[in-house]
Amino acid sequence: MQQRTPIEEQIDLPFVESLRISFQSLKIRFGRSIITTAGITLGIAFLVSVWTNNEIGVALQESGRQSTINTFEETTEQGISTKDIWLIVMSLIVCVVGIANSMLMAVTERFREIGTMKCLGALDGFVVRLFLLESGFQGFSGALIGALIGTLGAVLLGLKDYGLDLFFYFPLLPAQPENGPMQLGVIIVILLGCILGMILAVIGSSFPAWRAAKLPPAEAMRTEV
Amino acid sequence: MADIVVKTEDVVKEYRMGSNILRALDGINIEIERGEYISLMGPSGSGKSTLFNMIGALDRPTEGQVYIDGQNMSQLSQRQIAAFRCHRVGYIFQSYNLLHVRSAHGNVTLPMIFAGISERERNERAEKLLDMVGLGDRMYHLPDELSGGQRQRVAIARALANDPSIILADEPTANLDTITGREIIDLIKRLNNEQGVTVISATHDLKMLDVSDRIVDIRDGLVERIRNRDEIDIEVGEVGGEGE
Repeated sequence: MQQRTPIEEQIDLPFVESLRISFQSLKIRFGRSIITTAGITLGIAFLVSVWTNNEIGVALQESGRQSTINTFEETTEQGISTKDIWLIVMSLIVCVVGIANSMLMAVTERFREIGTMKCLGALDGFVVRLFLLESGFQGFSGALIGALIGTLGAVLLGLKDYGLDLFFYFPLLPAQPENGPMQLGVIIVILLGCILGMILAVIGSSFPAWRAAKLPPAEAMRTEV
Repeated sequence: MADIVVKTEDVVKEYRMGSNILRALDGINIEIERGEYISLMGPSGSGKSTLFNMIGALDRPTEGQVYIDGQNMSQLSQRQIAAFRCHRVGYIFQSYNLLHVRSAHGNVTLPMIFAGISERERNERAEKLLDMVGLGDRMYHLPDELSGGQRQRVAIARALANDPSIILADEPTANLDTITGREIIDLIKRLNNEQGVTVISATHDLKMLDVSDRIVDIRDGLVERIRNRDEIDIEVGEVGGEGE
């Protein structure tokens, strides 16, 4: 058997090319992208609203004012109650599971596409980078919108409970009251919400994308959803 | 000495189905010459698509070796395999496997993007290829806006994007009506004749017999027999005679 020209090594694509392909994909799949992003938005909105609501409650109690409606004994004692912790943890879990689920679904339905791209010469790393970029963008935009919606919701709720006093004592920045728990402030809560949404989206999509990219193309293309 | 482009040595492929092991290929030995048009024939489940995947480096054999252009595929790095898929082989699938988010033009340019070809050059080449397969006027349509035959033409144009020396076609006509299927076969045969591309096709479409140089019959994961074109012509005639 004759030895022909040796098989060369596949080149890496420039970053701009990956960026272009991933944005093109988001744009054409706009409807589906919106649904996936909405999953992230909802999760983060829920988490941030509960968290901000708690921050507002604590700040107002520190200032000596109390909700006209919810005067739980436990909240007046300690600022942050077990009920609040429970709510935050629950919302965090809902957020994690919701985002991971929506990203997993979005990638799994694209296994065939991953297999096809590998048939055409895509490196595993390129496939993963594509999903990383797409999900990072979806995660950040979804989480930012979610965090803003969540904050708005908490503010409206606060207005109902505390009236206009809310704006005088609004916990925008971090604070450390003398006899109370550390307060993160709403800006930090929004920021954390955004980071969390983005990290969850990126992990939720890159992990299955990495797994699919590692599969031989024949197997990836066989996968039925 | 014959110029062998594909050679398989005792290729075995096993799939694990729960606690059972399914032996899809049971020691396949074939040699394919450059410029040949080969059809892998066999009923569903015979292993022809599995063999197709082995030759195209789309899956790894459990045992045995596949040599393409004299290179042992199991010794290639991940980057070399990607380059092999990108430059040496063009794949055509039964279900077209086009990317639905990219237009016909976008599908054809993708392998060229992976090959690092400049934007201007790939646009020119994609237009030329789509013209050649008769889709010059539907270049910017999405696959969903095209008929089955048109989609398969896009897939053929895409398979040719990086000027491969081998075309691998897995049941390319199975989802098409008779006339469209015929057109696709003629197109592939033309590439084989005019450009000297080696064509390896898994099929059970009898129309494919006509254009093949050799037919490899696969049954139960083994090569049952290899027939050349003369024998095929006689058999096709017999089949026609019986029907009358």
